[in-house]
Amino acid sequence: MPAPIRLRELIRTIRTARTQAEEREMIQKECAAIRSSFREEDNTYRCRNVAKLLYMHMLGYPAHFGQLECLKLIASQKFTDKRIGYLGAMLLLDERQDVHLLMTNCIKNDLNHSTQYVQGLALCTLGCMGSSEMCRDLAGEVEKLLKTSNSYLRKKAALCAVHVIRKVPELMEMFLPATKNLLNEKNHGVLHTSVVLLTEMCERSPDMLAHFRKLVPQLVRILKNLIMSGYSPEHDVSGISDPFLQVRILRLLRILGRNDDDSSEAMNDILAQVATNTETSKNVGNAILYETVLTIMDIKSESGLRVLAINILGRFLLNNDKNIRYVALTSLLKTVQTDHNAVQRHRSTIVDCLKDLDVSIKRRAMELSFALVNGNNVRGMMKELLYFLDSCEPEFKADCASGIFLAAEKYAPSKRWHIDTIMRVLTTAGSYVRDDAVPNLIQLITNSVEMHAYTVQRLYKAILGDYSQQPLVQVASWCIGEYGDLLVSGQCEEEEPIQVTEDEVLDILESILISNMSASVTRGYALTAIMKLSTRFTCTVNRIKKVVSIYGSSIDVELQQRAVEYNALFKKYDHMRPALLERMPVMEKVTTNGPTEIVQTNGETEPAVLETKPPPSGLQPGSQCNKDTGAGGSMLNLQKSLCLDVMEMTSVMLRMVSRFCKSPDHYFFSAGIPSITAYNKNGLKIDFTFERSNTNPSVTVITIQASNSTELDMTDFVFQAAVPKTFQLQLLSPSSSVIPAFNSGTITQVIKVLNPQKVSDSENS
Amino acid sequence: TVRVSWPCGGCSGRLRQQTWKIHFILLFSRQGKLRLQKWYTTLPDKEKKKIVREIVQIILARHQKTSSFVDWKDLKLVYKRYASLYFCCAIEDQDNELLTLEVVHRYVELLDRYFGNVCELDIIFNFEKAYFILDEFIIGGEVQDTSKRSAVKAIEDSDMLQETVEEYMNKPAF
Repeated sequence: MPAPIRLRELIRTIRTARTQAEEREMIQKECAAIRSSFREEDNTYRCRNVAKLLYMHMLGYPAHFGQLECLKLIASQKFTDKRIGYLGAMLLLDERQDVHLLMTNCIKNDLNHSTQYVQGLALCTLGCMGSSEMCRDLAGEVEKLLKTSNSYLRKKAALCAVHVIRKVPELMEMFLPATKNLLNEKNHGVLHTSVVLLTEMCERSPDMLAHFRKLVPQLVRILKNLIMSGYSPEHDVSGISDPFLQVRILRLLRILGRNDDDSSEAMNDILAQVATNTETSKNVGNAILYETVLTIMDIKSESGLRVLAINILGRFLLNNDKNIRYVALTSLLKTVQTDHNAVQRHRSTIVDCLKDLDVSIKRRAMELSFALVNGNNVRGMMKELLYFLDSCEPEFKADCASGIFLAAEKYAPSKRWHIDTIMRVLTTAGSYVRDDAVPNLIQLITNSVEMHAYTVQRLYKAILGDYSQQPLVQVASWCIGEYGDLLVSGQCEEEEPIQVTEDEVLDILESILISNMSASVTRGYALTAIMKLSTRFTCTVNRIKKVVSIYGSSIDVELQQRAVEYNALFKKYDHMRPALLERMPVMEKVTTNGPTEIVQTNGETEPAVLETKPPPSGLQPGSQCNKDTGAGGSMLNLQKSLCLDVMEMTSVMLRMVSRFCKSPDHYFFSAGIPSITAYNKNGLKIDFTFERSNTNPSVTVITIQASNSTELDMTDFVFQAAVPKTFQLQLLSPSSSVIPAFNSGTITQVIKVLNPQKVSDSENS
Repeated sequence: TVRVSWPCGGCSGRLRQQTWKIHFILLFSRQGKLRLQKWYTTLPDKEKKKIVREIVQIILARHQKTSSFVDWKDLKLVYKRYASLYFCCAIEDQDNELLTLEVVHRYVELLDRYFGNVCELDIIFNFEKAYFILDEFIIGGEVQDTSKRSAVKAIEDSDMLQETVEEYMNKPAF
């Protein structure tokens, strides 16, 4: 049997393959040879064969049949075998294969081997991939090695201990005695890994943290020595002595100084020293400065030190190195809440970063910019941010638009400016605006009573040229439906009123209805708008009637239903039409459950929807709730669709009211109104049951019951209702604001609607 | 955007664990060929392959004039190109990116010290040595030694322990 080919030769051969198929053939041939060699239990060349297998594994080919062979290599007495065996174990095995446990005994023996390099291999393997079971079995050995005087082993044992603690936190206690003298070491490797170990323990246990606080003076001393010491070739990086150790010490100091006045006081001087004396010409110095800044900001430092830190970040912002700028923006984002004024001073530099080429820098600059907007700078900032919205990548547009809306709402200097800003966003990034922005904007516009004429005119002009941007078209349709009378009568005061006829308005609305680009929802808006105009326009009512009747046979069920009901309104309830379609009243501010609230104007570093909100009660921390298919995803969809359904609810209410409008006598004295399911979508179901009030026959008592068949509880559930002016509405308190999941409970709420007996035709306001 | 959470193989317990370890290190060529992969978290093989493909694509598409940092899932990728090889480290969101650049640089220096004027071919033909050196520098995603010399010395001493010298020559000629 010829010796199997050597590793390097195999590599050379495989590299000559010109196609993927050729390579695959070579690999298969070699794998077959290796397999038979394994079967023959060849001890001499096992090592060579496994090494080759590892190479092929890296190329992407399966190598699981070599797993047991790795174990055999580890058990061998030969160092060459062990080296490859342990490497193979780390590459091919992990805790998910039961076979890995077979390693435990070998590792245990090797941890006690006479050769330190064998011990090193064992420690390394355990520290990289040891499972919880292995860690439990071998923790004692690791603890022993943590106390050895051999620094080569001690440093590895420390990191191994870190891994053990990460896998089996309960074992942390047993390492405590061994940590006693760790910081007395001169060896930098041991020092570094000791600091890592101490950091891990302090992060995991408040008791440990309290216990190790007494190390602060020693840590400060070590750091000082590092800075003051002369040149040490072994640990020097561009004139700085052991930056890795410096950073880890700074980090440990941060953890120890957090929320503790005394510790923070004790490290004050050294932090100031590092902050002022560190060389900033190279990346390594800036790495240390960065860590120093993070520490200063996190502990209870005095204000002078904090200002020093912010100024370092300010200087970072001006650095040519993009990496430094990136890091500065990230840190400023973290501190903008607590040190708002200090960060404001760097506002113009931050705004300049909006124009950077790097996507990550742009994103951070955008988030930071929103955090810095206030009443004083809002005009200038919005100008920059609108410009940014115009030119930025699509992935930013939605967040930027939401951010602008929020900031505008908070700090708008005037209503006109507010409307103009909204218009600008809708026209620049109209298709990226979030769905829930539409109802929010509609509400805003409704409440800006004196701006109605101006708003509808501007919106009309905006969609004349282009009605492809759905959110823009939806808002515009709604406004035209509401304020179309102002539009044709040319009542605008803010700017030159345009001349537009009723027919022209209907033209555009009908174009939207017909257009391929219009989403179903948008069509709904357009149709309802057309209907509303029947009470606001004087010359074109017949045209409107015609349009409405055409859509009575639309394929789109939603449109069809609306059209049929509007038709009914024309035919049978024409006397009710003005009342039903009159101007919407000023709406009370609704706190939405939707995504608008999470936009990053308050400087949080986590803009994602599901991360900033506390998880709903049904969610487990370990579950993959953020996956698209998981519960969290459907929560987001539900919120979105609830917002979309604002209009649908209005439609439902119209229908509801129309039922009341039938002669009250007819209905109330007969069998009673049958209960209906007013809403049933995405797991949320709302049922209405009706009763006549005992005390007043004009009052109908509606009991709503909301149930939830999804896997998550629905919190902050608020039911709102609106009725035309002729009716009176009373909403009693709901039973709760949380609908439990899995239909395990309901929210009940009572609504009383008063319908005065006489409804006159002339009522029209 | 919804952030996908990253399974942290080495941590248990708190949801927002503050660890600073490196999650994985990848070395790949400009054509996207993998030269080294070191994982400090537990993942199925299939998942690893998918991740490697994804990350290689992201980094190879990066413009010259961008920063060395990429937000990816809830980790950060720190990468740097040395000649024809990309070195990529995945760190936690809270970790110090600038220091990670230094970690990468130190690894390159160690390779250079061992191989003498290291190039991609050295890594290809001696991939196991590249792993050995890495394992002397980093354990469990944490740096174990900050000295420039001791890691290389340990490997050289270990080489001497090998029983069959002809099998693994230190600096093979090819």
